Parts: sequence; C-alpha cells; structure tokens
Amino acid sequence: MSSDAPKREFEPGSVGLVETRYFNFAQPPGELTLECGKKLGPVTLAYETYGKLSPEKDNAVLVLTALSGDAHAAGYHADDDKPGWWDVMIGPGKGIDTDRYFVICSNVIGGCMGSTGPSSVNPETKKPYGLSFPIVTIRDMVETQRLLIDHLGISVLHAVIGGSMGGMQVLQWAVSYPDRVRLALPVATTGRLSAQAIAFDEVGRQAIMADPDWKGGDYAGTEGPRRGLAIARMVGHITYLSEQSMHQKFGRRLQDRAEYGYGFVPDFEVENYLRYKGDAFVKRFDANSYLYISKAMDYFDISRPTGSLRAAFVGVKSKFLVISFSSDWLFPSAQSRELAQALRLNDAEVVYTEIKTDYGHDAFLLESGELSAIIGNYLAFARDGGDRKGT
Amino acid sequence: MITDFELPRGAGMVRLGPEDRVIIELVPEGARVLDLGCGEGDLLKALTVIKGARGEGIELSDACIQACVRKGITRVHHSDIDEGLANYSDESMDFVLLTNTIQVLHKPLQLIKEMARVGRKCVVAFPNFGYWRVRVQLLLGGRMPKTGRLPHEWYESPNIRLLTLLDFREFCRKAGMRILKEIPLRTGGLGRTRRANFMPNLRADVAVFLLEKEAPK
Repeated sequence: MSSDAPKREFEPGSVGLVETRYFNFAQPPGELTLECGKKLGPVTLAYETYGKLSPEKDNAVLVLTALSGDAHAAGYHADDDKPGWWDVMIGPGKGIDTDRYFVICSNVIGGCMGSTGPSSVNPETKKPYGLSFPIVTIRDMVETQRLLIDHLGISVLHAVIGGSMGGMQVLQWAVSYPDRVRLALPVATTGRLSAQAIAFDEVGRQAIMADPDWKGGDYAGTEGPRRGLAIARMVGHITYLSEQSMHQKFGRRLQDRAEYGYGFVPDFEVENYLRYKGDAFVKRFDANSYLYISKAMDYFDISRPTGSLRAAFVGVKSKFLVISFSSDWLFPSAQSRELAQALRLNDAEVVYTEIKTDYGHDAFLLESGELSAIIGNYLAFARDGGDRKGT
Repeated sequence: MITDFELPRGAGMVRLGPEDRVIIELVPEGARVLDLGCGEGDLLKALTVIKGARGEGIELSDACIQACVRKGITRVHHSDIDEGLANYSDESMDFVLLTNTIQVLHKPLQLIKEMARVGRKCVVAFPNFGYWRVRVQLLLGGRMPKTGRLPHEWYESPNIRLLTLLDFREFCRKAGMRILKEIPLRTGGLGRTRRANFMPNLRADVAVFLLEKEAPK
C-alpha cells in the first residue's frame, strides 16, 4: 500500500469527515459569572459544525446534547468506526438537512468531552479542579453557548434542538433569548425535573461517591471510581429504556448458558448488557462530570424564577415543536403536555406530538422515520406557516 | 366557490370536503378557531389561508399531526378530546369546530358543553344516519348499513355514536345549545353538492350545524 491512504468513502447521507473545534473565552479577569455566583475562566467549549452558513446567516440550527453527549453529533472523526451520536438525524437529506442548514452541535461546560469541566486543569493551581469546580446549571450552559453563537457571528438561530437535557437547554434558550431563536424543538424533556428523576440521579451520584476510589473527587492520575460510575450508568440506562423494550430485547434469556448458575454470576442477558454499558461508559466519561451534570439537571426548573410554568414563558417568541415518546417514563408525556399547554397559554405557536414507540426515553437517539420526518418538515415549513397568509 | 388548493414549496395539497367548504363560509375573517380532531389539518390550513384565521387543532393521531406539520400548521396539540378541554379557558375561541368526529366520541354531551364554554360559537358536522340510503340498507337488506361516509364493518367501525338530524336537534336542546343554522347537504352521487332543505333527515347524507350556548335564564 502506498503512503497516501485511499480517500475514505462514507455512506450516502453522511456529513463525512469532521473535526471537533474549541472556542476559548472568559479569560481572566473577564471570567464568566455563573448562576451560583462563582466565577469560571478561562472556559473552553467544544463544538462541531456541519453544512454551510448562508450569506444571510439565517440557516443555523443549534443542536444540544444530553447528559453524556459530546459535540460529535454527526459524521466521522478520522479515527472513528462509528459516526456521531445523532448521525441518524443530521446529514444531507436527513431530518436536520445539512444541505439546507448550518448545524452547530455544542457541548456543555461541566462535562468531560473537551469543554471545561471538573477534570480540566485549574490554571490557578495547575491541578484538575475536581470538586473545586463550581456548580454549573442549564442556564450557565446556555450562556456559554450564546457566547459561542456570538463568536460565530450569528444573531438569530433558525432552530434550537435537543433531547433530554438538550431539551432543557432548548427551553432555557427560548426563555433567555426570545429574539434569537426562531424555532425551538424540545424533545423528550421536561420544564422541571421530577422527584422520580432526581431520585435516580441521586442513586447514580451515591454509587460514585460510595466508591472508595472516588476519594472525595480527588482521583486524578488514578483510574477513578470505575465501579461507582458503571453502576450509575447501569441505573441511568434502565431509566432510558422501557419495560416493553427490555422485555423485547432480553426477556428472561440466559447469557451463554443453558441452565441457571445458582450463584451471583451474570445469568441473564440483561445483566450482561447493563455491565457492558456500564464498562463502556467508564472508558469515555468522567465520574465528577457525572456528578456535576446530573446535578445541573436536578436544579433545572424553568418555572422557579417566576413560580409557574405559565409565567416562565411570558415573553417567549419562538415557535415550538414539543415531542414526547409514549413509553418514556423518565420524562413522561404528561410533562411535555404540561409544557406545551403553558406555552400555548402564552399565545405561543406550539405543536405538541406524542410519538408512539416502545423504546422509552432513548427513542430520540434511534433511527426513526417518524422523528426525522416531523423535525425535517417542521424546520422546513413552520417558518411560513404562521397565523396569517404571508407571514 | 372555495376549491382545493396547492401549498407553496412542495408542502402538498389542501383537500376540502363539501362540509369543509360550508364551514369556511361560516367562519368570519380573522376568527380564532379551534378544530377538535383536526385530522391532517386541511380545514385548519384552509381557514388560515382563506380567512386569515388564527387556527389551532387538537388531534389524537401522531400520523395526522405529522401531516399538519407538513402543511406548515404551527398550532396543534396531541390530546384526547374525550378528556375534555380543561386547558382551554372560557370563551378563548370564536369558533370551536367538531367535524365528522362526534360519532367517535365516548362522551359527546360532556364535550359539547366544553365546546360551548371555550367557544363563542360552535360548529358540528356529522354523517346523517337518517339518510335514505342508510335506511334502505337496514330496512330491505336487514344488515348494518355501509356508505361512503360510514364505510366500516360494524365490528371494526370507530363510529360508535351514530345519529340522525332529529337526534342531534334533541341533543342540542338537552345540552342547552341553540341552533343558529342547520345546513343539510346532499353530497352523494355524481352531481354537485346541494343543500337538502326539503326533508333533510331523509335526503341529507351530512349536515353542518352552527350552535351557540343558550343564554342563561
């Protein structure tokens, strides 16, 4: 083989080879003031872009990530076998069509995927922040994204889209920057985390913090709380699936054995699957980031400043497509319905749909003709589908 | 004459039934309209385009909401209207529409009262089970009738509340609704749609009623 590797071929509908970029800002003394009152700086935000920004700069679509998502939403990095996490949705001719839109996927602060988080080095101490990293909120995440959008020279986003925690950021965008978001698409999300969801987050955090390898968050240079983080992911993963989908996927099937092991070995396929998911997660995610980001979700309550969901959306100007999944029990449809109604009572233009699926909360990440179609059609047609002819 | 029309930029056609055309004429310019069971949104879209209405829909089928979005409709909510209209405030709409839907409801009396609460005026359109072809099938054939408007076998029909014009008038009295207009239509056969003002309960296959709440005595 010659030294010139053959040009890599990608399947149709792929954005092809992409790279993560990094936006650096908030250099001291211009640190970012966070919602908790503390300051953070300098800050790096990882992001990727796909497609071309139009000369009018009016075709930008901002995609926001869930708890464990990174900026790599579509296409392939040079060393990737698998494409980005929302490749089923983003690409030429796909739901978020990169032939028409300039797609920006922004990561979040507090994470561990290239944006500033607890595993980043604190420039003052030259050591990783660990638990000295300030608590960040969804509003803080959105504030950093707003700075990124300013940096890219975009004044109005055609759309802001995200599932789960990404949907929370969408809501925060629409409330914080009503004039800068034309279409807001919160998917499988909620306006305020429920007691049940907070409870699951807390189980995950306790699993991490109970692991002796966590060492009060000061585990840099070691393998860290691998068992704790894996358990947190296992618990989380159960909440992302549904009773039906687990039954279909695993049933009571045994893993590599014909008979019960009569012991505490992994007998069942579902056990094996969760262990695999837990272990895979540990390889790519930082335990402290899990604590920080899950806490940011727990703190999220868009109605808190005003006292009610309805009051929270006073002054929103975006049009909304609110999507829930019938079998999602982590962010049940009733919460999306409540969101949609609160928006409607503020006279916002809202489409609320519940997609029938057995795949639970994770349905938004899966290949789904229905989800791609409704997002694609909404992005294309909601713009001139206003109340009156010609608007 | 209001006709079917094509939407711009490949968004597809808006197709209207005879009762839709009547309803569009009933709705004044710029009205706030809530369409219950709006289906694929054809009537809603026509009302926004032709009458500049501020149209809003409620629909149970996600496939239908998908079709609404494709038409550029930006106000439609997934909900079961049998559960009422609790999130809609009193007199927040000029018109509340219920077209070809009353016959599938579990609680039509409850819903019509809700419609009267939310809308200043209400429009109900439904297939007439007193239509002569229906009667003949039952009388001479001795079997449950099937027509173009009621095409299902009895065992798979969503239409669980079949009614005639006479039934509906009595229903309105019971619900405390005044009938402002009654527009019986003959749409079957090859000819153009005509009004069936003579012997409507026998000759109309579909009817449109314009209603309002009776003033409290």
